[in-house]
Amino acid sequence: MTARAVTEATFEQEVLKNDRAVLVDFWAEWCGPCRAVSPILDQIATEHSDKLDIVKLNVDENPNLAMKYQITAIPAFKVFEKGEVVKTVIGAKPKPALEADLAAFIS
Amino acid sequence: MRDIIIIGSGPAGFTAAIYAARAELKPLLIASSVEIGGELMNTTEVENYPGFPEGIMGPDLMAKFQAQAERFGTEVVYDDVVELEVEGPVKRVKLGNGGVEEARAIIYATGSAYRKLGLPEEEVLSGHGLSWCATCDGFFFRQKTIAVVGGGDSAMEEATFLTRFADKVYIIHRRDTLKASKIMQQRAFDNEKIEFIWNAEVTAIHGDTQVNGVTLRDTETGDVRALDLDGLFVAIGNDPRTHLVHGKLELTPEGTIAVEGRSTRTSVEGVFAAGDVIDPTYRQAITAAGTGATAALDAEHYLAALGNENAAEAVLETEFAVVD
Repeated sequence: MTARAVTEATFEQEVLKNDRAVLVDFWAEWCGPCRAVSPILDQIATEHSDKLDIVKLNVDENPNLAMKYQITAIPAFKVFEKGEVVKTVIGAKPKPALEADLAAFIS
Repeated sequence: MRDIIIIGSGPAGFTAAIYAARAELKPLLIASSVEIGGELMNTTEVENYPGFPEGIMGPDLMAKFQAQAERFGTEVVYDDVVELEVEGPVKRVKLGNGGVEEARAIIYATGSAYRKLGLPEEEVLSGHGLSWCATCDGFFFRQKTIAVVGGGDSAMEEATFLTRFADKVYIIHRRDTLKASKIMQQRAFDNEKIEFIWNAEVTAIHGDTQVNGVTLRDTETGDVRALDLDGLFVAIGNDPRTHLVHGKLELTPEGTIAVEGRSTRTSVEGVFAAGDVIDPTYRQAITAAGTGATAALDAEHYLAALGNENAAEAVLETEFAVVD
């Protein structure tokens, strides 16, 4: 399952008003580590689709949201619950490390 | 069991794979899960790799390395090595997914990792204005004031790249001369957005949740001053990535894996090492590719000798069988 893309137009509905916990992957085409970690996120999205929603936000195309959430390094992963950021993870990591960081939301 | 496993996916690893695959050793290359392609993946234009007179983007160059290795039958696995058994005739490589691969020979080409400043606030501010990857994070510093720490080629390249976004880029260097190549130095000197701060080291990074400055200490006078910044990029060099082989392979005083003479043979038979992980001095894509080729040839030679030995043993066993 490929994590679906969200934009500034759909962010409120898809993320802020989402009933479930949702992880937003802030990424860009020119960021090598973002591309490297993308299949790992897709795997986590597939394996834990019942617990955590995972979406991608392209910072090039959606700069206002990147600025609003003070993104200064990507990939950056922010988990939202009830419209609030409850967890931030920065940097591409191997799957076990990322799963450990997200344990509260996927186990 | 395989003939050969190559650990690492930079210029050394993929060059070793090209040579090993063409020797019909059917190499397995373990590329890591999130650092596939190695250090060149985070660079922009590579201008000093022969064969590309117009220059080539780092990621494009690595894609070509990989395509060439795969063309001859290299199998690439996107996972991390978590444990390595090197003693004895069968080498075992344990992967992040729990799987174990076995081979008669190993080529270890894990490269090097970014060196940190060694300041306590580094951990907290990393990703919050403190970065090791200009190509990843430069975008977020439009019209900002930032600094690059370092005096080598990568510091010059990062600073020059960052002027695309930032209004002002300081280069903070602890000496009064640069290690960088002349052409990279000149490019930085000519760039009006770049200002050098010589003989200075960063002794503290300021900011609770976001970098807002640094403390600089003059390395000659000891004078201390504060510098306001929106971001800090660190390019002070790399350390060889040897954690998997500590206590298993001999290291040099510089921390690289020790190899015998001009070969890539390590202290353990059947284990070869190539690239930045054996190179405390040059650390170029082309020199890494060079030792990658050497490692594949050394491994091929080793496997051939092993093959002859096994054949000889088989003959002996047959002869004994006859005697029995």
